[in-house]
Amino acid sequence: MTSLVKNLVLAATVVAAPLMGASVASADGEKYILVSHAPDSDSWWNTIKNGIALAGEQMGVEVEYRNPPTGDLADMARIIEQASASGPNGIITTLADADILSGPIQSAIDSGVDVIIMNTGDPEKARELGALMYVGQPEYDAGYAAGLRAKGDGIGSFLCVNHYIVQPSSQERCQGFADGLGIDLGDQMIDAGQDPAEIKNRVLAYLSANPETDAVLTLGPTSADPTLLALEENGMAGDIYFGTFDLGGEIVKGIKSGVIQWGIDQQPFLQAYLPVVVMTNYHRYGVLPGNNINSGPGFVTADGLGKIEEFAGEYR
Amino acid sequence: MAQAIPPAEQSDERVKDISSFRKALIRPELGGIVGTMAVFTFFLLFAFDSGMFNSQGVMNWSIVSAQFMIIAVGACLLMIAGEFDLSVGSMIGFAGMIIAIFTVTLGWPAWMSIFMTFIICIAIGGLNGWIVIRTGLPSFIVTLAFLFILRGFTIFLPQVIERKTIIGGIKDASEGDWLAGMFGGKIFGGLFTWLGDIGAIATFERGSRIGEPVVDGIPMLIIWAIGLVIFGHILLTKTKFGNWIFAAGGDAEAARNSGVPVSRVKIMMFMFSAFCATVFAVCQVMEFGSAGADRGLLKEFEAIIAVVIGGALLTGGYGSVLGAALGALIFGVVQQGLFFAGVESSLFRVFLGVILLFAVILNTYIRRIITGER
Repeated sequence: MTSLVKNLVLAATVVAAPLMGASVASADGEKYILVSHAPDSDSWWNTIKNGIALAGEQMGVEVEYRNPPTGDLADMARIIEQASASGPNGIITTLADADILSGPIQSAIDSGVDVIIMNTGDPEKARELGALMYVGQPEYDAGYAAGLRAKGDGIGSFLCVNHYIVQPSSQERCQGFADGLGIDLGDQMIDAGQDPAEIKNRVLAYLSANPETDAVLTLGPTSADPTLLALEENGMAGDIYFGTFDLGGEIVKGIKSGVIQWGIDQQPFLQAYLPVVVMTNYHRYGVLPGNNINSGPGFVTADGLGKIEEFAGEYR
Repeated sequence: MAQAIPPAEQSDERVKDISSFRKALIRPELGGIVGTMAVFTFFLLFAFDSGMFNSQGVMNWSIVSAQFMIIAVGACLLMIAGEFDLSVGSMIGFAGMIIAIFTVTLGWPAWMSIFMTFIICIAIGGLNGWIVIRTGLPSFIVTLAFLFILRGFTIFLPQVIERKTIIGGIKDASEGDWLAGMFGGKIFGGLFTWLGDIGAIATFERGSRIGEPVVDGIPMLIIWAIGLVIFGHILLTKTKFGNWIFAAGGDAEAARNSGVPVSRVKIMMFMFSAFCATVFAVCQVMEFGSAGADRGLLKEFEAIIAVVIGGALLTGGYGSVLGAALGALIFGVVQQGLFFAGVESSLFRVFLGVILLFAVILNTYIRRIITGER
């Protein structure tokens, strides 16, 4: 009997033990929580994590990064509710789907937490919700600008490698690009999935079925890196017109070697860094910039890659 | 099982004497009870002033736990009957999507689309079970196939019909619908308004809802979860059908020989698992007003984890619905609590794995005491 009770107590302690180290001493300063919609597997958000950590350090405030592990937006809504219940000074969040997220964001704002919309979303929706501002790159416009650029380079057809098909803003990028080119998107967008091997093979399959494709558009490192490998394998590297959204280590190398014509940099660092700076100063001194902040789009080409190469994947 | 032991007064030389304390202690839910106490003690100590235990915080982890409970009840009964359902997560996405297509694209009234969705999804659950029984294949493989089939349709259908992967506008379309309110609504609003008025819970400080309580009612999701747990517990422990479930999962051949309709029991449990997934989906769609192709990813594993933490045996024939409910509560409290305690979110899976491992070890130990196996 005693050994049973002893064992139970022991087991309970062991279950709790790994949690002991978990609690962190909270600083006296302001607290800001960034909630993203990205699944754990999306490496691009590392820049955001670094950006918000740096801002927290420089401003002397406490910052946290939260995301739904699988990218399920309904889980994200719960995380925003949770963030709001933990009583921070401000929440920085994406507006990946207004239907789901408006309610929790509205409740956070109404209960006295200031909100800045970053990355995904648009200025109008941010204003309707009563958020302080929107910091990011309007996706459709960025795709459209890229489409116009490609049209000037003589492109008439393309393949959009969409690695995040369930995210509406991914489709807006492809749609904007098609509209910029002045063509119908049709079947030119493929659902590539998140797995590198699958993405590579789907790109290979599409290009061997449609060898006349003029250009490839990828939506970030997740789809760009395997696409680079695919183009090397089928010999199209350097020949086919290749543009991509976002930057990363491999993408920068690709731009340098001439395989990728341009990358659209939305400067995610600023999307995480600026909201913390803006809100801290707002809460400390009551000063607030009078407009939304566009962190992108900026086209990165082979000219002037120095800083980008140095900090690719870390701050760029 | 604990309840199989007759009371000590009827002395019978075949029955070993067990102290009443030990009898009360040794039950399939014990692991879940100990775990629940452990996690609450831990978070009370380390996250008490983080907002985890104010009205908003309690509502937050209660909702997340209730979500797990709904699918855990279905998964628990099915697992006791000796089968798995890996299509639960995809079923959640699929059910939500067809409701959206019925209400928004086809313009059906919400009650009709909800009924239709239940019929379709329960039929798919029945199909799952029928294939497993007829072919004798492991349910693991059959439902894994449906995981892909249903997820595929969930992405394909809205893209073909609406050219997007998230269909919104369900809230407007189902406004005032009697059945939609039973899934997405909230009750006891008056009580919370009163609590807000007397200052027991916080109220909104600004905006259009100023003065209203931050928690304005108990979501129907939680009511459904509690209802399903009670239903499952009574079904399993108080009815003949419950004994059939244990028998079908324990030794199907022996059960068949003694006249238990094993095939029927298993198929009905597959249908019940699909029913629970659909309840989850309808609550989610009606609350959030939109359906997305990514809803419910990995939920099948979360359901199984909750059931296993709650003491059920993966091989069937042993388990408890109350245990599964406690497993869901532990899972939900830990998942949200780690955020409150300020733990780096990428470590969440590490904690989950550790808890799962220790729960299984603890439960194995308890089960050995109960069944006397070595």
